[in-house]
Amino acid sequence: MLNRQGRPTQAGQAGTTEHPTFTGNKALAQVEPLLFEIGRYDTTGVDIDEPEDFQPRLGGLERKEAIGLPGLSEPETMRHYVRLSQMNYGIDTGLFPLGSCTMKHNARLNERMARLPGFSDVHPLQPISTVQGALELMNELGRYLVTLTNMTSVALSPKAGAHGELCGMMAIKAAIEAKGEGKTRNVVLVPDSAHGTNPATAALIGFVVKPVPAREDGWVHVEDVKERLGPDVAAIMLTNPNTCGLFEPQVAEIAKAIHDAGAYFYCDGANFNAIVGKAKPGDLGVDAMHINLHKTFSTPHGGGGPGSGPVVLSERLAPYAPVPFVRVGKDGFELVEEAADAAEKPFGRMTAFHGQMGMYVRALSYMLSHGSDGMKQASEDAVLNANYIRAGLSDLMSLPFGNKPCMHEVLFDDAWLKDTGVTTLDVAKAMIDEGYHPMTMYFPLVVHGAMLIEPTESESKSSLDLFVATLRDLAMAAKNGDTERFTGAPYHAPRRRLDETRAARNPILKWTKPAPVAEAAE
Amino acid sequence: MRYLPLSDTDRSEMLARIGVKTVDELFADVPKNLLLKEPVDLPRRKGELEVERILSRMSSKNVPASSVPFFVGAGAYKHHVPATVDHLIQRSEFLTSYTPYQPEIAQGTLQYLFEFQTQVAALTGMEVANASMYDGSTGTGEAVLMAHRVTKRRKAVLSGGLHPHYAEVVRTLSDMASDQVVTMQPDVAGSEDILSQIDDTTSCVVVQSPDVFGNVRDLKPIAEKAHKHGALLIAVFTEVVTLGLMASPGSQGADIVVGEGQSIGNALNFGGPYVGLFATQSKFIRQMPGRLCGETVDADGNRGFVLTLSTREQHIRRDKATSNICTNSGLCALAFTIHMTLLGETGLKRLARVNHANAIKLADQLAGVKGVEVLNKTFFNEFTVKLAKPAAEVVEALAKKGVLAGVPVSRLLPGAGLDNLLLVASTEVNTDDDRAAFCAALKEVL
Repeated sequence: MLNRQGRPTQAGQAGTTEHPTFTGNKALAQVEPLLFEIGRYDTTGVDIDEPEDFQPRLGGLERKEAIGLPGLSEPETMRHYVRLSQMNYGIDTGLFPLGSCTMKHNARLNERMARLPGFSDVHPLQPISTVQGALELMNELGRYLVTLTNMTSVALSPKAGAHGELCGMMAIKAAIEAKGEGKTRNVVLVPDSAHGTNPATAALIGFVVKPVPAREDGWVHVEDVKERLGPDVAAIMLTNPNTCGLFEPQVAEIAKAIHDAGAYFYCDGANFNAIVGKAKPGDLGVDAMHINLHKTFSTPHGGGGPGSGPVVLSERLAPYAPVPFVRVGKDGFELVEEAADAAEKPFGRMTAFHGQMGMYVRALSYMLSHGSDGMKQASEDAVLNANYIRAGLSDLMSLPFGNKPCMHEVLFDDAWLKDTGVTTLDVAKAMIDEGYHPMTMYFPLVVHGAMLIEPTESESKSSLDLFVATLRDLAMAAKNGDTERFTGAPYHAPRRRLDETRAARNPILKWTKPAPVAEAAE
Repeated sequence: MRYLPLSDTDRSEMLARIGVKTVDELFADVPKNLLLKEPVDLPRRKGELEVERILSRMSSKNVPASSVPFFVGAGAYKHHVPATVDHLIQRSEFLTSYTPYQPEIAQGTLQYLFEFQTQVAALTGMEVANASMYDGSTGTGEAVLMAHRVTKRRKAVLSGGLHPHYAEVVRTLSDMASDQVVTMQPDVAGSEDILSQIDDTTSCVVVQSPDVFGNVRDLKPIAEKAHKHGALLIAVFTEVVTLGLMASPGSQGADIVVGEGQSIGNALNFGGPYVGLFATQSKFIRQMPGRLCGETVDADGNRGFVLTLSTREQHIRRDKATSNICTNSGLCALAFTIHMTLLGETGLKRLARVNHANAIKLADQLAGVKGVEVLNKTFFNEFTVKLAKPAAEVVEALAKKGVLAGVPVSRLLPGAGLDNLLLVASTEVNTDDDRAAFCAALKEVL
């Protein structure tokens, strides 16, 4: 089979295998065409009876053209997607040390709980009397989050981390406007080490982003913040623990300086997993923090979502939380869906309905299972595991901020690769060949060739020992000039290195019917 | 704790290897007085059985859609999802993978996203679609922001038939960004004069069809007027099954099509997670929000897929990004794609016909009940009825009789003076018995 570039599309024809097969398959590694290349327009895998004759009431706007959706029978569908799944790496496959992403074990109990009909098969606009258990669950999840963070309230509805950031920053903007400072306070301070969503979020709602430069020790310094504070500053967006894997030792002083200047402290909670049960963000002076339920509380990442990003709020921001929210009334749980019904001053609405219920159930199931003792232990183990990797690699790989304790992730730079001809990207691809998902690469931006490793608490000591030994072997190979092992990698993945430049230069974003052969040959 | 592999012996050995005596030495940067000594004030760990008991007890206090005659819609719909879908999305390689930043070991995710994008583009009649949004409402907010970027104008006109939650999401975002929004009055009859609101300062017109009251809207004249003034038409839908039977928004001149994909592959889930569908024309791709999957080749020349055009995105552009979105709805998009593959063109069209036929039957039967007036001349699988009593009371009374009858308009538009209106949806799950039970119960209540 040839694609439009006239190149072979089947692995076995590419000339890399020593023993080519007729099909292109290599035992369990199956070649799987696109749905559009195997599906048929007259095939369906769902048995539905035709309705009796009826007179349509569509105002003459019936579809006249074909849609272009091929179908597959049920067995073919099953095989197609099972084969696709086999080209993917998940946490259940192996160590997934993607820094800042907290790829921890996803317990299947949580999946089972989320599928209980009382949670999965209820409509968001059913009468409130028929969803009391769902509201109870939301209320209980909120209580857990507020207790773990020592904050005043929680807005559950944001759909993911960046959406939670947006919610928190909107609450800050609403509070500033309520004080009559909406016109003057329009600057948000964002450290250079911040995740890209922070500046993007602030800019989205009209704030001007001012960077706070990174220091050589990886920390944000209170004097650097103070220097930039003034009556124009609305907030700081600080990640703590930060993206360099370090806890900000001056966080309380920074919070005080921010508050003294009449501004607010937004904390990016992406790295909350390091401190759950060890420290409470509310004690550190945080005014708003989103919590990625899909990181810290183990709801599955699902190949890029769905997530869930509840935001905990301090007393100063709590009145501005968006609708909807759950309230305990005299006849049970109530759902406040309209700003007019609230005693507080909600700034608006983040999403239709009430947020990611399916994720709430999974997260609460995780918290109930761990309990307060288990969550504290999980954070300690996450930090212990990251430091164990640091200790195992500090002599061969380079630590940009010195060999000091890290939190739940350890950051290396690429100084150790100097003069080897091997890059961070090459190391990542070589790790793929060794059966690992690579670490986060080239983030944070403040470090050259960053490699951010977050093992999580889900790894056993023997798993970490093998991982450290593997990276040591790779480091020695790079230093000894075995560059081919890196620059050509991956050799053993379902695909060799993919050409991302080509994809961006000539975007092909959907399947189109190939031109007839005669034309294509011109 | 069953999820934590380390033993106390492991921990001691590891601490020794690191060169510290206690784990708290690793937390040395946390201010001493703020480091918690004891576990927080929450219950201690529990076994699976106990957790299951607690959550099952909560679950049992709710009334599941499948347990009663069920006619609730207004943006989320009860459909039958084939067993295959839930099995496949629970394949651990799909379930426990991350955003495909390492494409060589994420071809499964990337290929289904490519299939998803192709299906969504076909359904909406547009040239390109992205790899999903959080849901239809947030997608609509993003569509408005995108229209502002394309037109370099900042005024959106929202139809009075747009789902009130969607309108509120757009207004919240626009208020915060100091953009202008004109919201039309609630338009029960689908007859608003939106054309007169479009002028040379308009960035976009946002029209839902079928609208929240169920009316099918002809988008062509709106597209024409919008284009004459250099504005974009954003076409919204909340029920994707509609597209199996109705002319696509693309064929009617829409510039951006955005909608809710929950109906295909995804459960009701009390409102989330759902999957937002987002499509537009090729000339706008660099202004699109969200992830995009594109085709390329690997070092051996084999076809493969990658995330592409990421120079639009926050991790590259930071405060200049087209959107702040990072995570989307990957697994819900997979559920959509698998269900759509099972249906195929033949199955989707048939499913749409069954939905429409069931809704027609229900409308005709309800029209025969005293005190009920069906207001719609056109609809797909949802319509508005006017009752002799406030709809919220009627819905509560029917719930006590074991029928979940629909959404009172007053729940979405309180204070709009539409208290006697009820939105009623009917899909393939409704039987003759369901309809008979609904009508009988309604007769008793009215």
